[in-house]
Amino acid sequence: MEAAAIFLPLVGAFIAGFFGRQIGDRASQVVTCLGVGSAAVLSIPLFFDVAVNGNERVVTIMNWINSGTFETAWALRFDTLSAVMVMTVTCVSSLIHVYSVGYMSHDDSKPRFMAYLSLFTFAMLMLVTADNLVQLFFGWEGVGVVSYLLIGFWFKKPTANAAAIKAFVVNRVGDFGFLLGIFGIYMLFDAVTFDTVFNAVPAHVDDTVTFFGIKGHALTLIALLLFVGAMGKSAQLLLHTWLPDAMEGPTPVSALIHAATMVTAGVFLVARMSPLFEYAPAALEVVTIVGASTAFFAATIGCVQNDIKRVIAYSTCSQLGYMFFACGIGAYPAAIFHLMTHAWFKALLFLGSGSVIHAMSNEQDMRKMGGIWKHVKVTYAMMWIGTLALVAVPPFAGYYSKDMILEAAFGAHTSVGQYAFIMGIGAALLTAFYSGRLLFMTFHGEPRADKETMDHVHESPLVMTLPLAGLALGAIFSGMIGYDLFIGEGRFDFWRDALAVVGEDPIEAAHHVPAWVVWSPMVVTVLGLGLSFHMYMRRPEIPGQLAAKFPGVYQFLLNKWYFDELYDFFFVRPAFWIGNFFWKRGDQGTIDRFGPDGISSSIISGARRLGSVQTGYLYHYAFAMIIGIALFVSWIVVGS
Amino acid sequence: MTAIPNLTPAYAEMFLAIAGMALLMVGVFRKSDPIRGVTMLAILAFAVAAVLSISTNGAETVTFNGLFVVNAFTGFAKLLILLGAGLAMLLALPWARNEGVSRYELPVIMVFAVLGMMMMVSANNLLSLYVGLELQSLALYVLAAFNRGNLKATEAGVKYFVLGALASGLLLYGSSLVYGFSGTTSFAGLADALTGAESNAGVIVGIVFVICGFAFKVSAVPFHMWTPDVYEGAPTPVTAFFSVAPKIASLCLFLRILVGPFEDLMDQWRQVLTVICVASMLWGAVAAIAQNNIKRLMAYSSIGHVGYALIGLIAGTQEGARGMIYYMLIYLFMNVGTFAVILSMRVKDRYVESIDDLSGISKTNPAIALALTALMFSMAGIPPLAGFFGKYFVFAAAVNAGLIPLAVIGVLSSVIGAYYYLRLIKIMYFDGSVENFDRPDYSTSLVMGVCALSVVVFIFLPEPLLAGADAAAAALFQG
Repeated sequence: MEAAAIFLPLVGAFIAGFFGRQIGDRASQVVTCLGVGSAAVLSIPLFFDVAVNGNERVVTIMNWINSGTFETAWALRFDTLSAVMVMTVTCVSSLIHVYSVGYMSHDDSKPRFMAYLSLFTFAMLMLVTADNLVQLFFGWEGVGVVSYLLIGFWFKKPTANAAAIKAFVVNRVGDFGFLLGIFGIYMLFDAVTFDTVFNAVPAHVDDTVTFFGIKGHALTLIALLLFVGAMGKSAQLLLHTWLPDAMEGPTPVSALIHAATMVTAGVFLVARMSPLFEYAPAALEVVTIVGASTAFFAATIGCVQNDIKRVIAYSTCSQLGYMFFACGIGAYPAAIFHLMTHAWFKALLFLGSGSVIHAMSNEQDMRKMGGIWKHVKVTYAMMWIGTLALVAVPPFAGYYSKDMILEAAFGAHTSVGQYAFIMGIGAALLTAFYSGRLLFMTFHGEPRADKETMDHVHESPLVMTLPLAGLALGAIFSGMIGYDLFIGEGRFDFWRDALAVVGEDPIEAAHHVPAWVVWSPMVVTVLGLGLSFHMYMRRPEIPGQLAAKFPGVYQFLLNKWYFDELYDFFFVRPAFWIGNFFWKRGDQGTIDRFGPDGISSSIISGARRLGSVQTGYLYHYAFAMIIGIALFVSWIVVGS
Repeated sequence: MTAIPNLTPAYAEMFLAIAGMALLMVGVFRKSDPIRGVTMLAILAFAVAAVLSISTNGAETVTFNGLFVVNAFTGFAKLLILLGAGLAMLLALPWARNEGVSRYELPVIMVFAVLGMMMMVSANNLLSLYVGLELQSLALYVLAAFNRGNLKATEAGVKYFVLGALASGLLLYGSSLVYGFSGTTSFAGLADALTGAESNAGVIVGIVFVICGFAFKVSAVPFHMWTPDVYEGAPTPVTAFFSVAPKIASLCLFLRILVGPFEDLMDQWRQVLTVICVASMLWGAVAAIAQNNIKRLMAYSSIGHVGYALIGLIAGTQEGARGMIYYMLIYLFMNVGTFAVILSMRVKDRYVESIDDLSGISKTNPAIALALTALMFSMAGIPPLAGFFGKYFVFAAAVNAGLIPLAVIGVLSSVIGAYYYLRLIKIMYFDGSVENFDRPDYSTSLVMGVCALSVVVFIFLPEPLLAGADAAAAALFQG
């Protein structure tokens, strides 16, 4: 059953990918949906068996590498953490598969798209069920590759190709850190299997490493390197630039990969490695600061973006920041809980926006929308549900998870915890603001689209709205249902030792924070929504006036804090310059010129010269012979 | 004293001499189409001579008062010569008819040339060596100018004759020096006189002269200057003959005298030969690049190939000798096959010789293109074709004899040389087609097919073919 849940998506991807042309569009869609759907159905009893009934297990499939002391196997590790992930991934993924059937109905390469989606699901499942770091890295790179393929799915669009390459390159930076982290773990523990490593962690708490004469705490170094990988994959500050551009991919891709699942892999990694991170407090502080900063920073940008998908993309970035700082303060259960609820409501928001884009004839700019709610009532309702879950209005899912994170941050009573709390509250305010802005600009007010587009506005077909309804159910109820198990009284029996906490339990501390802390997220949410209602419904001229009054701030935010420009200046252009230098001056100008080209041209000129010796005159030939023998004779006589 | 010497070892040569004269008579008295009959009979005579040569091919036997010797080595060398000459004769027949020079003297002179070569190979005395060499050379001078109505052919003949006379003079002068300082011309006597003796400057100078004389015959740098002109001017089948039979004969004799009577002076002759060898390899590789006439190109190619073969000689070991014999064997097939292709290059009843004429023939004459491709890849030394093994054996011998720099230079020059071999293939397959070749003659196609096939399948049957070469090399070193 375990293997079936993991490998059915791969089977679907294989069939649709290699035989899609033979079996046709419809069959490809059916086979991939069936594969992922069955996996989803299997994952639910699996979740109950593993997480609720406590039957953790490791299913070994086969040996992979055995070399000296290095051993890795293909194995599926099912503990509560992976069971949660498997269930979330397969359920969201199967709904998105179905949605894609409708959304991609006008596309020419449906089998390829469905195959990629299923392949992605498989790689993600490999990642979360990995029993060792090498297999986890396999899944990690697998989702990276499919992400690249899907961002560039419309490969005829130059922007899509550029975005795909950008995503790949930025992720390489993170992956390099991750790899170094794996190397470090192998160096320190002589193993890459989780159980072996985790059992050995306490014995290596005081180990140090010396690198170029600088002495450092080994576990902190490893944890930081792993976190660099997580930052890349989860688009945290400094390595976040690829995520907004990744919206070039089809909307179901944005929903599945760049919101619900893949980008949360970094959070998963930190949670998975929590037994190690717990012994690296300095690294945890870095995680907290980066996460909290990202949460706030991304939210500020989300407030001024005009592309509906980009707003949600920055929102994703921001929510991932919440998850990270939850991990950083040790509230791993809260982080994973938020990961799970976020998967539902963020997928819902993306698919809802996809439905809007579909209705608006592929228009993504919110400035050209407005006043369409009467025409797309179902989508409108779904977007409201997703938004309420996102801005953490009770009893929607986000309320339970996000408030817990904020309370835990406050309850940590550390300076970084306070920083995270303040940033988190600020981000919550902004989240409410940009979410409201998104809804009001898109659905309310005067229609700003041209008449032709407005005439075409229509509700999406059932194949698209039904998955929306499924996700909406998750967005409404997942928080309520999961609260007790994940972060409530049942959490000890639920998690057991899947997540480690050393010292004080931050979840426990979160339950004992002052009342104002509990209420403050609620207050800022109402404030934010009210502000956006005021600015975009009652006085729609205010935003323009604000932008005109503070052009510096507006441009700064609109240009995403100029990160792309900075990177372009500091990394991209120097890299191009160095590459050009080595290519033009180094390779072509020096090596080629004096190496291959130089030798071949001197041989050709030598050939001409030798040819000109061949005059055709008999006496020249005889002369050469006589000279030759004279030289030989004198050489031999003088030499001997 | 007047007792008749043992004639058995020389049956093959005696038969060829008689056959040559008889063929002359046949040609004179046969009225219709004499060249065809004479050619066929000459090939038959070669076959008989080969059988006779094999039948006398046993233990080393010396006769004619020590002037003449046969052993496994001379037997194998004669087989190679006869094979090369027979194949060249097959090429000559259609050529002579197409060019309107169907004079029956052509096969007859070739028979006498072959006789000279066989005598050369079996020579056991500097004098019998010279006699054989001159018989061969005289025949070749005539052959070079055989198409006497053609200006280029006569020019080639004259050049070859004058320079050949010069080379013969060098050789003879060297022989006289050797005789003057050692008191004998017999190989056995020379070996005795030179073994363990103080190295004598006179003898050494004599050997240098002899080496230079031979270097002319095998067209090694700097005595190669005649080669491009003669190759281009001489009739193509004669060029094919030139490029294999005399070279094989001269190289084999070269090998025999250097590792036989002059073995103790190896330190001296090795220096001279190394220079000649390196210069030949590089000159052959580089100068060919600028050529546009395929016969001239083949001239430089043969200069390079002689350089490679000389590596085996310079190694001076049994392994080196075996490598050189392998090389000559493989070279024979590659070269004759290539000349068969050149003889197939006929456009509207006219022979063409420019490389550009090969342009795009992969489409118009795929079989010819394929054969030439196999031959050129083999010449360039690309595995698994025969040419690779030829080079491999000589280079391996050089490395084992401690001559690593020589092997390295050989590899480098074969890289350079690969350029023009591959260029031919590129021209055939990737350039636009110009003209359609006429349908090649039957015997030309036969020779082309046999040679190309041998080059390709060499890897599958080296053992039986090379067992003879092994025995030949062993015979050289058993003394």
